[in-house]
Amino acid sequence: MDDVIIIGGGVVGCMIARELSKYNLAITLVEKNEDVACGTSKANSAVIHAGFDAKPGTLKAKLNVRGNTFFPALCEELDVPFKNNGSLVLAFDDEEINTVGELMERGKTNGVPGLDYWDTDKILEVEPYLKKTVRRALYAPTAGIICPYEFTIALAENSYQNGVKYLFEAPVTGVEKITDENLVVRTSKGDLQGKYVINAAGLFADEISKLAGAEEYQIIPRKGEYLIFDKEYGYLAQMVLFPTPSKISKGILVCPTVDGNVFIGPNSNNIDDKTDVSVQREGIEEIISGGKKIVPDLPLKNIITSFAGLRASSTKGDFIIEASQKVKGFINVGGIESPGFTSSPAIAEMIVEILINEGLKLEKKNNFIPHRPRKYRFREMDNEAREKLIKQNPDFGHVICRCETVTKGEIVDAIRRPLGARSIDGIKRRTRAGMGRCQGGFCSPKVLAILAEELKVKPTVIRKANGGSEVLLGKIKEYL
Amino acid sequence: MIYKELVVIGGGPAGLSAAIQAYEEGVQDILLIERDFELGGILKQCIHNGFGLHIFQEELTGPEYAERFIKELKKMNIEVILDTMVLEITNEKKIIAVNKELGILNIQTQAIILAMGCRERTRGALNIPGFRPAGIFTAGTAQRFVNIEGYMPGKDIVILGSGDIGLIMARRFTLEGAKVRCVVELMPYSNGLTRNVVQCLEDYDIPLYLRHTVIEIHGKDRLEGVTVAEVDDNNLPILATATYIPCDTLLLSVGLIPENELSKLAEVKLDDRTGGPIVNQRMETSTQGIFACGNVLHVHDLVDFVTQEARLAGKGAADYLSKGKVDNYADAIPVRVLKGVRYIVPQYFQGKEMLNGRQELFMRSVKPMDKAKLIIDSDKGVIKTKTLNYVKPSEMINVALQKEELCQANPNYLEISLQEVGDRS
Repeated sequence: MDDVIIIGGGVVGCMIARELSKYNLAITLVEKNEDVACGTSKANSAVIHAGFDAKPGTLKAKLNVRGNTFFPALCEELDVPFKNNGSLVLAFDDEEINTVGELMERGKTNGVPGLDYWDTDKILEVEPYLKKTVRRALYAPTAGIICPYEFTIALAENSYQNGVKYLFEAPVTGVEKITDENLVVRTSKGDLQGKYVINAAGLFADEISKLAGAEEYQIIPRKGEYLIFDKEYGYLAQMVLFPTPSKISKGILVCPTVDGNVFIGPNSNNIDDKTDVSVQREGIEEIISGGKKIVPDLPLKNIITSFAGLRASSTKGDFIIEASQKVKGFINVGGIESPGFTSSPAIAEMIVEILINEGLKLEKKNNFIPHRPRKYRFREMDNEAREKLIKQNPDFGHVICRCETVTKGEIVDAIRRPLGARSIDGIKRRTRAGMGRCQGGFCSPKVLAILAEELKVKPTVIRKANGGSEVLLGKIKEYL
Repeated sequence: MIYKELVVIGGGPAGLSAAIQAYEEGVQDILLIERDFELGGILKQCIHNGFGLHIFQEELTGPEYAERFIKELKKMNIEVILDTMVLEITNEKKIIAVNKELGILNIQTQAIILAMGCRERTRGALNIPGFRPAGIFTAGTAQRFVNIEGYMPGKDIVILGSGDIGLIMARRFTLEGAKVRCVVELMPYSNGLTRNVVQCLEDYDIPLYLRHTVIEIHGKDRLEGVTVAEVDDNNLPILATATYIPCDTLLLSVGLIPENELSKLAEVKLDDRTGGPIVNQRMETSTQGIFACGNVLHVHDLVDFVTQEARLAGKGAADYLSKGKVDNYADAIPVRVLKGVRYIVPQYFQGKEMLNGRQELFMRSVKPMDKAKLIIDSDKGVIKTKTLNYVKPSEMINVALQKEELCQANPNYLEISLQEVGDRS
């Protein structure tokens, strides 16, 4: 019997789990994938937005600006890479200068600190690879970049340390009210009972709400495609570079990642299938042409990979964060599209208030652990620190992923940590092994062998990600 | 700080031959650094035969070819450290490496031979649309799974690209009982050796679709199939020809890229055509005392040529160490690439006293030609011509220029071209 059941292990679900783990509560998070951060939270622009974009008065505007303020301290506390590098919205003609002016006003109304106009000289001084015809930019000093899956994983790890239970590969098949007090969440791995159910199911939040008999709304998946360049070209952008936005999207940006790559994307297309994260030829062409409008000389021969993510866009246009009027104890957190990632700490704060209003008694834990277990990033350490670490554990002297300089020590740690990795992609998101220019060509056999050894299973059991994604199909001679 | 006369980075065929040659030329204090747990490099997973026809006049397997050099090396007083990754090289020839027992190694050396090999081009670099399921492997990764680890990454296979590793793996998978449906190649000709097309595809009735490519990847968890289409003259897919082919595995054999991330740290200048360092006739890069050979320099189709080239680098490093300071680097003769030639190595000749008796030139053609005339021209007129039969971009051309030929002409530059003889079109 839980106090709170959270459906969905994206950034919103994990943030709520972590926030609630500060209190004496029994909490379970259920997730249909084999790991956290497997949906929208892993495939997005990884930008911590300043908050000038959303319409004043909306939840998006309020929670974005407030959510933004939490990141420096949260990332410090959870040891997650975050870079407060600022953003520019670029205007190339009179009309765009007007729009940028509107954004400035909107930003002021929303309470975004430090907004300023930059002229051509100032822009090109900081961003020398930008198209020279840029005329003005809106500078937002509070914008930043983060590793979105690492942040989500960190929240999950830390909440797990603080007692939150996680149930993976457990798609929810039903939510029912069984008594006045209690709800039951039916999953493929059995039933869970709890007093409160928080629906943070992302793209599927509408379906969960419907299953529960709560308020109906519709989530329309809106696809965004991306291309990432080799780290060698990490110098092309310093800040988050937005074009002047259109009505539906912030547009195709050129943006550094916190790990030193530069990406272009996303485009924005409504689709029907909530699992369609395929990249399409037209999409690739669209983002290349969009990217070139900002940085004309893109190293198109040095693209290391492409991917697509889906925005969980609701028909209501704003976040839906409310206790159901129809099903007591059921709380919707739906339609969390951009700026959802940035808003997540403020969303969690809001959920705490809603739970109190709904009658949940909260009592602070006195043994809350604020930090997750220490994480070593060999590639970022100086040689003295490396030397010391290798003396303690020689596995840190054994480089497995040569492109991203990831050691065996880090891979073993990723498996042994709280909620450790169980798949090749899980290792990749926790360590970056396989995320470099060879895309796992050299390290994937080694990572697979370490996973099999650590998990004490046969190599043929090891998967890329979810069930059905086994990497090896059998031993040699088996098919003769 | 560890002090060395010469450090060779990489213990594959290039590094092995270069170290042996340098030792034979009198270099006493050599350290060879290998990242894997054993020497031999990629040859260790190349268990098919066909290696050594030029060097040994025998057909050896990859491991056998490597073993001959490993045995020779072990007889010499050459220090080898395995399981060691080089993290950094500077133009001052300082090397930082890491090993699990030895920790961080700081090495100062007088000369370096770069022999780090290459990596495979990936799906990302090709921008193939579709999902990102399990079951997509570069041919070399699949080769490692089958030949070293003993596992089958798939049993129903489509191969994109007709590079040699892809062709070899088509045969290997067939022999292991898997179904290889086809090899799909964008170009109008194979990118592998003719002998591999014959022995690995034709002998097993595996179709090779030229002027075709994979335009979409299907399957969310494991690969379920690919869509293949013919391409037009601009290499764009002709959608009317799109065909779905079910398969559980897609192998990519779409090119190899010299791995020069370390070279760049040492400020070694690279050639856009080869992807490797620009070198002179003794395989010395733009940073004096740093040499390069093997696939880090340019991608080879035959290991025999790697050995040949690595010996030049080994001798070059020995010469540099014995008389480097008196060498005259000033009078460089650039070797330019003209019509019909994709690239050439070396990119320049340097210093008359540094010339060998026989100057090796390694090059590739831009397209297949039944008969071609190779012309080595210069500002002082044509120095040499040679008629070549069955020229293919996938088969490296090796010609030699005698020291006398070069010195007599005394050119300021050389220009190399390949002209098709009796062009029927």
